[in-house]
Amino acid sequence: MSPDLVIIGAGPAGMTAARIAAEGGLRVVLLDEQDRAGGQIYRNLGAAAGRDWLGPDYARGADLLRGLNHPGITHQPRATVWRVDAARGVIWSRDGESHVTAAPHVLIATGAQERPVPFPGWTLPGVMPAGAAQILMKQSGMVAQDAILAGAGPLLYLVAAQMIAAGSPPKALVETGTDLRHALAKLPRALPAAMTLAKGLGLIRRIRGIPRHHGARDFRAVALAGGRIGFGFTTRKGPQELDCGLLLTHLGVIPQTHLTRSMGLTHDYDVAQQAWRPRLDAWGGSSRRGVRVAGDGGGIGGADAARAQGALAALAILHDAGRLDLDERDRRARPLRRALARALSLRPFLDAAYPVPKAFLAPPDDTIICRCEEVTAGAVREAAACGAHGLRLMRTALRTGMGPCQGRMCEPTVTGLIAQTTGCAPSALGPGRIRTPVKPVTLAEIAALGRQPEETA
Amino acid sequence: MNAASRFRDAPGMAPRSIRMSLDGETLLARPGETVAAALLAQSGDATRRTPVSGAGRTAFCMMGVCFDCLVTIDGRPNVQACMTPARDGMVIRRQIGARRLGDQP
Repeated sequence: MSPDLVIIGAGPAGMTAARIAAEGGLRVVLLDEQDRAGGQIYRNLGAAAGRDWLGPDYARGADLLRGLNHPGITHQPRATVWRVDAARGVIWSRDGESHVTAAPHVLIATGAQERPVPFPGWTLPGVMPAGAAQILMKQSGMVAQDAILAGAGPLLYLVAAQMIAAGSPPKALVETGTDLRHALAKLPRALPAAMTLAKGLGLIRRIRGIPRHHGARDFRAVALAGGRIGFGFTTRKGPQELDCGLLLTHLGVIPQTHLTRSMGLTHDYDVAQQAWRPRLDAWGGSSRRGVRVAGDGGGIGGADAARAQGALAALAILHDAGRLDLDERDRRARPLRRALARALSLRPFLDAAYPVPKAFLAPPDDTIICRCEEVTAGAVREAAACGAHGLRLMRTALRTGMGPCQGRMCEPTVTGLIAQTTGCAPSALGPGRIRTPVKPVTLAEIAALGRQPEETA
Repeated sequence: MNAASRFRDAPGMAPRSIRMSLDGETLLARPGETVAAALLAQSGDATRRTPVSGAGRTAFCMMGVCFDCLVTIDGRPNVQACMTPARDGMVIRRQIGARRLGDQP
């Protein structure tokens, strides 16, 4: 029996939508890349009992996990979607075998990835994103030791507080600097999210005692003896040199749009968040009928916004499927819209308080910006000056974005470098064309797919 | 090489009871853990050398985005260690340089 709805991604948006759609009578298939539902924010929550040091916000996802225990929901873990085909359906891979799940409604809830933080030395073993260290805490109970946190954004404070609670405090917090005067002008609009702001201030109090550096720029990492990392940067006080076992960087998150872009959906450039996002209506509807997007994959809003967006999309799908009349849809949507507005009211403040410094969008010449093909910023600048004025031309010239990550780690930087060299706005340069498969699969796997009857998961 | 792990276990974590091998040496993992986490718990060293320059890399994003954690598992090349749950008896090999056609089992 084929499902009514395929949801891609089991984070807060996908899990919320699955429950509401199933309670409304739809058969739902929930595809997710991870072994357990939760997304990155609630990653491994179902198996992380006893890890109180991760804090109360992590535990808040428990109701979403319970919500998946519904006979109308089929959760497919470790399912990597590599194509959404207009004619055939959602194509996904597990353990080297591909499957097709077709349904009249598709909800894409693929969430966010960390924004790449390129600087000379960021490819060394011993340099990692702060979010990756948090995943290791959630999934493995592993805590970074002798680590420095560097960059900007609230996640740095949260990871620092979690490391302190787990008994392995960071040895320093190096911030690229908060333009607080600019951010404070946005503060009145953030008042509906006062609870979240208060939590943030609470976090900052909990990391008191950690040595902090502000206004840091010119990041540089070098390998020292024994695998240690030398971390150089400059502040108003002059050049600084620290050393650590692990350098954890962070400059916020960006929507994962490879799948929505591969489908040819319309995208817009979000100047405040310096990233592309699919164009959506108030119910998560994309430019293609039957395809909706909810959560951070449609623009960064955080877990509370994702819940509300997932619920709104599910109500719209129930209405489209003839299971919910218009009045009931709109009545149930009202509190969700209030919750969404409350959650999103914080974004202008956060975007203003933790801007991405230009030096990370257009880093120094000796920075490897494409980790797969090992292309430097200098090579991209030179190619841009010689006429490679777009992402596709750059791909042809230097292979940026042609390695296994398919541009996930370099595209924001390639865009920034072309924009800097040519004087073009980033919005004029993209979004880059993404082709399926959006995650690598073998030719043998694709060939085998052609010989199988269509499955229903 | 021979960098110690850059991580330590939080208090109260269960012992690593899953036994795998990494280039012939024992690699331990905790149930529910990924191969990439097990690699990072064992050592701070590189787990592969890049095809272009031979530079050392190890697991980076831990969420399937960056492909820096590629290893060969049970003869299958270019597997994302961060997306693969650890299982008893897995035979893991570091990847030095590019894989070739025909490496496939």
